[in-house]
Amino acid sequence: MLHIEEKRRNENGLQLHFIQSKKYKTLNIVAKLRAPLNRETITKRALLPYILNQGSKRYPSKPELQLKLDDLYGAVLSVDGSKKGDNHIISIRLELANPKFIPEKTAIIDDGIRLFSELLLDPNAANNSFDEKIVEREKNTLKSRIQAVKDDKMNYANMRLIDAMCEGEAYGLHVHGYEEDLQEITAANLYEYYHSLIEEDSLDIYVLGDFDEDEMSRKIAAMFERIGNKVRTVTQSNTIKKEIQTKEVIETENIQQAKLHIGYRTNTTFKDEDYATLQVFNGIFGGFPNSKLFINVREKNSLAYYASSRIESHKGLLFVFSGIAPKDYQQAKDIIQLQMEAMKKGDFTEAELQETKDLIINQLLETMDHSQGLIELLYQQVIGDRIITPEQLINNIRQVTKGQVTMLATKIEEDTVYLLTSEGGKTNE
Amino acid sequence: MNKVLHQDIAETIFSEKLDNGLTVYLLPKTEMAKTYAIFSTDYGSIDQRFIPIGKQEMITVPEGVAHFLEHKLFEKEDHDVFADFGKQGASANAFTSFTKTAYLFSATSNIEENVQTLINFVQDPYFSEASVEKEKGIIGQEIKMYDDQADWQSFMGTIKSMFKNHPVNIDIAGTVESITDITKDDLYTCYNTFYHPENMTLFIAGNFNVEKMIDLIQTNQAAKTFKKMEKLVREFPDEPEAVAMKENKIIMPVSIPKCTIGIKESTTALSGEVFLKKDLLQSMVVDHYFSKGSVFYQELYQSGLIDTSFYFETTLEKNFGYTLIGTNTDQPEKFAEKVKELLNSTNTESLTIEEFTRMKKKKIGQLLRAMNSLEFIANKYIHYHTIGIDFFDVIPAIQALSLDDVNDFIRNWIDEDRLAVCTIAEK
Repeated sequence: MLHIEEKRRNENGLQLHFIQSKKYKTLNIVAKLRAPLNRETITKRALLPYILNQGSKRYPSKPELQLKLDDLYGAVLSVDGSKKGDNHIISIRLELANPKFIPEKTAIIDDGIRLFSELLLDPNAANNSFDEKIVEREKNTLKSRIQAVKDDKMNYANMRLIDAMCEGEAYGLHVHGYEEDLQEITAANLYEYYHSLIEEDSLDIYVLGDFDEDEMSRKIAAMFERIGNKVRTVTQSNTIKKEIQTKEVIETENIQQAKLHIGYRTNTTFKDEDYATLQVFNGIFGGFPNSKLFINVREKNSLAYYASSRIESHKGLLFVFSGIAPKDYQQAKDIIQLQMEAMKKGDFTEAELQETKDLIINQLLETMDHSQGLIELLYQQVIGDRIITPEQLINNIRQVTKGQVTMLATKIEEDTVYLLTSEGGKTNE
Repeated sequence: MNKVLHQDIAETIFSEKLDNGLTVYLLPKTEMAKTYAIFSTDYGSIDQRFIPIGKQEMITVPEGVAHFLEHKLFEKEDHDVFADFGKQGASANAFTSFTKTAYLFSATSNIEENVQTLINFVQDPYFSEASVEKEKGIIGQEIKMYDDQADWQSFMGTIKSMFKNHPVNIDIAGTVESITDITKDDLYTCYNTFYHPENMTLFIAGNFNVEKMIDLIQTNQAAKTFKKMEKLVREFPDEPEAVAMKENKIIMPVSIPKCTIGIKESTTALSGEVFLKKDLLQSMVVDHYFSKGSVFYQELYQSGLIDTSFYFETTLEKNFGYTLIGTNTDQPEKFAEKVKELLNSTNTESLTIEEFTRMKKKKIGQLLRAMNSLEFIANKYIHYHTIGIDFFDVIPAIQALSLDDVNDFIRNWIDEDRLAVCTIAEK
């Protein structure tokens, strides 16, 4: 039941990933376009998926595209841009009903792959330019998306923490891009960038479901022929170890609840042998409702409305999030730092260790039941440039010992303490 | 145990009605890591008038009892059920709707223990005067929280403007006033009547062994005794076809007004094939006219009357049904007028075979996609089961729909008297 086999095929330079599964009544096709994070291109990359999503040459308007999707048995198309380590990734996803369960004969796979490839390779463009109206409209939507980050204070505080922590590093770039760069973007120069992206990005295509692999491979290769036989050099992010100086950043906004977020360097990434240990560490420290942060910051001291931690797997970061009353800043910070000290001293029981491992494994298994969750999990291997199957990952988690967790904890360094607090409020009352 | 293989969708479902009346469905899917179990009673907020088990007289219970009961079942004399599930690696939850109350968990380990916990806690009520009083404060807070939620007020406001007598028009949680009247005895009366195994369904889907599971359930149930259940008699008032209020305006603080058009779809008891046909056509027709690819949607969008908050939903239950079409908009009157105009124009329309074929394809594809979820299958199966339909027969039923069926439906779909508008605005 657990066993997931991912078959990798290289069709003329096109990296295909096939995962057979009878869990689903649908087929999921996902394209991942990856390039190094870069200030010059980030805003264009943030905008582009939403342009491609508006239609292709054959279905140039949203209603026409939607009717085609309806015709393909209510196929669902979605796109987004995301940041993983020092990479920017554009994802285009198409979910199709599996023809095995469709009561009549249908060419849904051919039509679906064709539509998918057209959305990516044959966009709605003419005279070396996208449609200006569409680009202007989507620029406005992206602008709202950039501005909306400020409305969600938890998200905003996290962005500001990373701004301070990763200044000058690629990971510090904003995933939605920058408002000031938007003005420079035109339908023509975006189209020009689109071309270089299609040429240069590394492209991985995932197909998940119950399907014939040879047939699928042939079909995809045929549709993507145009770009298939180029050699794609995968740019690996160069992680230069940065000199760490612990810093504290305090900002104010007109808010009631203060956000105390702390960033750490874990010095462990997906590539490393002790990655599973890092996951267990995070589970005991702040990953679950029975973790140290939740119990001590929230339950025992009633200081926070929320208190948790999360790891960034490819850059090697750990973030603590908490929402506190502005006056409790010092006390909350002390308690969070105390929990980190406790982790370094191995101040947790074998029972807690076991319970946390069970929770992580349960979470991974549930993720693997979801088609998109599974694909994201598998794609980690591409980003991390290390083959480790989910099954191996689960096994590794099972074998983590208390000693390993403590050892890993000593590698973790505090980098930046960030506080977003109320205006005029003294923080150290 | 009955075993039915639905070859078309590659699902095998096992079922059994136990001696005490409990209906059990088991859907093994060993390729999944997770198991989802739901223990559901055919009892919701609308079941206010009924003859209690072992009695002859019809009674009326306070508004909000079903939801109150759901809260109280989790509390036991000496322990908390959520913690029990947590220790066994499961996450548990419950919900009360207009027509159902259900208790559920999902887990990837200790499935049999968790199933025992689920059955036992639902079948072992512990209500005391003190704990009932304490709960009134908690639920009172929950009700007040809903009072502040504009989306919920918009939803209930539209329901209330459509339905004059049918108890779907009362809030699921009741009101702060109505729950003060609830007593321990009310809870036991409702519990003993509606939580009788005869009125309940247990559905388990996911990774488990069927033989072991049915044994466990049978043994568990055989060790318990229940009163004999005669027919459960409920009473519903007559409901006119026309809406109660054509316009309903609610004043509350919102940054942008909300406007919802309600179509009163059904007021009479339906079951079996008649129900299914109406259920399918209703949802397909609303989707056809208002989903993103539609002409109506484009018209509303281009004229700036809607934004991304635009939504539509449609529901058909045993003895009521409605469709809601709503949005946030700074021109609520214009939006309402336009939607009504569009709806009224459908009476004279007929769909082409191309359009209808596309609608059927979309519906089939949506169902298949939703069936990736254990929760969806289990919840829908129970829903249709209470109306006398096998959920796994729905796809063939969609295929069997004809162009005449849909065009007949559209001709009779809209009637000015069955439309209501509810607006939420600051003034």
